[in-house]
Amino acid sequence: MSEALLEVDHLTKRFGGVTAVDECSFSVEEGSITALIGPNGSGKTTAFNMITGYLKADSGQIRFRGQAITRPRPADLYRRGLSRTFQQARIFPELSVEENLIVAAGYSWAQLFGRRVSATDKELARKMLAEFRLEPLLELPASDLSYGQRKLLEFAAVLMSDPKLVLLDEPTAGVNPVMIDAMERHIRERNAAGVTFLIVEHDMQLVMRLCNPVIVLDQGAPIAFGTPEEVQTNPKVLEAYLGD
Amino acid sequence: MKRAITRIGVVRAGVFFGLLILIPILGGPVWLLNLLIFTVMYAALSSSWNLLGGLAGYPSLGHVAFFGIGAYAFAITFSSGVGNGFSPFLALPVIGVAVALLSLPIGWVSMRTRADVFAIVTITFLFITQTLAFNLTSLTGGAQGTSVAPPPFDVSTYDWPFYYAMLALLAVAMGISFYFSRSKIGLSLATVRADEDKAHGVGVRVTAVKLIAFAVSSGLVAMVGCVWAYYVGFIYPQFAVDPLITIGMVLMAFLGGKGTLWGPVLGSFILVPAQEFFAQTFGASELYLLAYAAVFLVIMLFLPRGILPSISERLRRRKLAAAGDARDAAQLAESKDAVAASKTEVA
Amino acid sequence: MHALIQAIILGILTGGVYALMASGQTLIFGIMKVVNLAQGALVVLGAYLTYTLFTTLGIDPFLSIIITTPLLFLVGIGLQWALLRPLHGEDVAQLSLLVTFAIALAIEGALSVGYGATLTNIQPSYANFSWTIFGYQVSLVRFVAFVLSIVMLGVLYFILRRTKFGRSVRATVQNPMSAQLLGVNANRVSALGFGLGAATAAAAGSVFGMLNSFNPGSHYDLISRLLTIVVLGGLGSIGGSVVAALIMGVASSLVSALASPIWSDFTFFIVLLLVLLLRPRGLFGAKTRGAL
Repeated sequence: MSEALLEVDHLTKRFGGVTAVDECSFSVEEGSITALIGPNGSGKTTAFNMITGYLKADSGQIRFRGQAITRPRPADLYRRGLSRTFQQARIFPELSVEENLIVAAGYSWAQLFGRRVSATDKELARKMLAEFRLEPLLELPASDLSYGQRKLLEFAAVLMSDPKLVLLDEPTAGVNPVMIDAMERHIRERNAAGVTFLIVEHDMQLVMRLCNPVIVLDQGAPIAFGTPEEVQTNPKVLEAYLGD
Repeated sequence: MKRAITRIGVVRAGVFFGLLILIPILGGPVWLLNLLIFTVMYAALSSSWNLLGGLAGYPSLGHVAFFGIGAYAFAITFSSGVGNGFSPFLALPVIGVAVALLSLPIGWVSMRTRADVFAIVTITFLFITQTLAFNLTSLTGGAQGTSVAPPPFDVSTYDWPFYYAMLALLAVAMGISFYFSRSKIGLSLATVRADEDKAHGVGVRVTAVKLIAFAVSSGLVAMVGCVWAYYVGFIYPQFAVDPLITIGMVLMAFLGGKGTLWGPVLGSFILVPAQEFFAQTFGASELYLLAYAAVFLVIMLFLPRGILPSISERLRRRKLAAAGDARDAAQLAESKDAVAASKTEVA
Repeated sequence: MHALIQAIILGILTGGVYALMASGQTLIFGIMKVVNLAQGALVVLGAYLTYTLFTTLGIDPFLSIIITTPLLFLVGIGLQWALLRPLHGEDVAQLSLLVTFAIALAIEGALSVGYGATLTNIQPSYANFSWTIFGYQVSLVRFVAFVLSIVMLGVLYFILRRTKFGRSVRATVQNPMSAQLLGVNANRVSALGFGLGAATAAAAGSVFGMLNSFNPGSHYDLISRLLTIVVLGGLGSIGGSVVAALIMGVASSLVSALASPIWSDFTFFIVLLLVLLLRPRGLFGAKTRGAL
C-alpha cells in the first residue's frame, strides 16, 4: 500500500458554536489533479488553511510525503514542497512582477546578504515568465496587473520553488474565460511534469474536464469521493448542493 | 524605485556629504555647526529608524530607548575622561554592536505582535527604560543625571569631532539602508511589509530579516546616543529617553518619505531647523510643544505619504500619461494607415 | 495579613477607576481599530477642567462630572471628525495611531500653556476623610470613585446593549462591512464612539485629580498603565479590560505594599511582557475579529 502524498486525518475546527471542519479525512494521490468541492460553507478554505498552517486545527493530523506534520507552518511546508495560492490572489503589489517570482524561489542564508536580483535569479524568472507568457510585464509593479494577471502571477510564483503539491484556492474565480483556459493549460502541463494539485473550485465544467478524483465536502466532512462522473450522479452530492 | 547605483545617485551623495564635510573647514559659524550637529543627528536617527519602520514596516514608537541606552552606556564608561579625547569615539562600534545584540531578544518578543500592539510594546519599552534610568540611581545617577568628562578639544574647533562623528554615523546609516535595498534582505523586508503572512507562505526568512532590521537600527541609534552624550556632557533621564525624540525620528521619516533612502534626511533637514526657529520665536517651551503637535498633525493629514514618494508618484503618472498618449497616437496613426490602405484596396 | 488585605482593598478601588478609563479606550479600539494614545491626555484634561471648576467656581469635583463629561464627549467627537476621519491611504491604521499621539502632545502642550508645569491637586474638604470598616481603612474619595465608575460602566453597558446606537457599535465592531451594508453610518459610529471614550476619560479625570498630583506630563504614566490593561484584557473586549483593570489595580497595590511604590510601575510592564510572551491576545481577546 503506497502512501498518498497528502493525508488529512480527522481534521477538526470549531469557531464558537459552529463546527466548520468536522473530523475531515481524505487523501491526495501523487500525480493527481484532485478537486475539493462542496457548497458554500462546507469548510473547504478552512481545511486548506489548516493544511497549509495558516490556521491551527483543534484536532487531527496532516501527513505530507509520509511524514506527520505536528505543527504545520507555512514557511516550513513551503520548503518541504507544499505551496498554496489564495482566493484573493495575494501577490506583493509594490514589487515588480520579476521580483514577485524571485522572492518565491527560495534562497540560502548566504544569498540573503547577496544581490537583490542576481543574474541567476533573472534567468529563473525569465524562464517562468516565458512559460506563462508574462514577459512583457516583467518590470511592471505587480499592483498594475489586472486581477486575472495577478492570479496567474501568484500561481507562477508558487511554482518557482519546484513544489511537489500545490493547493489552489479557487484559481478561476473572477477570471475571464481566456485566462481560465490558460490556467487549465498550465495546470495540465505542470501536472505532466510531476506536480500534484489539490484544487478548490466552483466551476463544475472545469472540474469535470480537469480533475480526477473529486472529493465532495458538506458541512465540514467528506460525503463523496470518486471520478467526476461518479460524483456528478451521487444523490448525496445533489442533495448537498440543491437542498431538498 | 531605483535601486541600482546610478551616476545621479553617486553625484547626489557626493555633493551632499562633500558640502557637509566642507562647511566647518570653510569657516561656518558656530551657531550653524551647532544646528547642523543636531540636524545630522536626527537625520541619522531617522534613517536608522527607517530600517525598521520604513523598510520592515514595523514602526517602533520607542526607539529612543536605545538612544538613551547608548547615551548612558557611554557616560558610564567614560565618566572620567580618557586621554586626548578621541579614543572614546572608538567605543562607538563596540557599544553599537553590544546594543544590537542585546536588542535581539527585545526584538524577538516585540515582533511577535503586529502594528498596533507592536506600537504599544515599543512605547512600553520606552517607559521601562525611562523608569529604569530614573531609578537605578547607582548606575545612572537617577534624576540627578550623570556626566561625561569633557574632552580636551581645542576651543576653536571644539564642535568638529562631534560633527564629523555624527556625519559618519549618518553615512553608515544611509549606507546600510542602501545595502539593504540592494540585497535580498531588502527584498525580503519588502514582502514582510506588504503581506507578512504571504511572505511566510512563499518561504521568506521572515523572522531572520525582521531581527536583522531591529538589531541594526537599534545599534545605530545607540551609537548616535553615545555621540550625543559626549557632546552635551550632562545627561538626564527625561532628555536621554525623551518621547519627543522618538516622535521626531518618526515624523521626519514620514515627512520625507518612509522607506526611501533620502526621505528621512530630507525630513530632518526641514524639521530640525524649523524646530530651532520655533524655539527661538516662541521662546517658551510650552507653545513649542503645541506647535510641534500642530506640524505633526498637518503632515499626517496632508502629506501622509511623504514628500519624496509623492513626487515620484506624480512623475510616474506623468510618464504613464505620456506613454499612454504616445500609444494612443501610435494606434491612431496605425488605424489611419489601415483605413487609407483599405480605401485604396477597395478603390 | 492585615496589610495584604488593605492593599487588596485599595487595589480594587483603584482598579475600578482604571476600568472606566480603559473601557473608553477599548471602545474606541473596537470601533476604529485604533489604539487611542491620547486617552491618558484626555483624563488629564478632564482633571484640569475639574480643577478649574473647583478653584474658580467652587463646584464639587464629583458634581462637576455632570459638566465635564458632556463637554469632553463633544471634544472627542470634534477630534475624531477633524483629525481622524480625513485620514486615508494604505497606512491608515499607522497614521491614526500617530495622530492620536499628536493629539496627546497637543493636549499636553495646551495644558502647559494654560497651567504651567507645576504639580497640582484637587483637594475638596473631604479629600482625606476615610472610614474604618472592620479595621480596614477605606478612603471616601476612592470609595465614591469606585461606585461612580461602576455606575458609569453600567451606563456604558446599557448604551451598548439596549440602544440603537449601541447595536450599531457592536455591529461595526464585529463586522464593519456588513454593518455598513445594513445601513450603519460608520463615520457617525466612529465619531460617537470616540466621544464616548473621551467622556469616560472626563469622568475618570476628576477622580484622578483628587487621588494624584498631576501636571500636563502625567499622561505618559497613565497611558502606559492603560496600555497594559487593554492588552491584558484583550484588545477589543470591554469586559476584559474591566477585569484586567481590577487585576492590575490589585497587583500593583500588592507590589507597592510588599516591595516599594517605585516597583509598582514595573508591575505593569512585567505583566505586559508576560502577556505578550504567553498569550498575546490577552485574557478575553479574540484571535481575529471579535465582539465587544
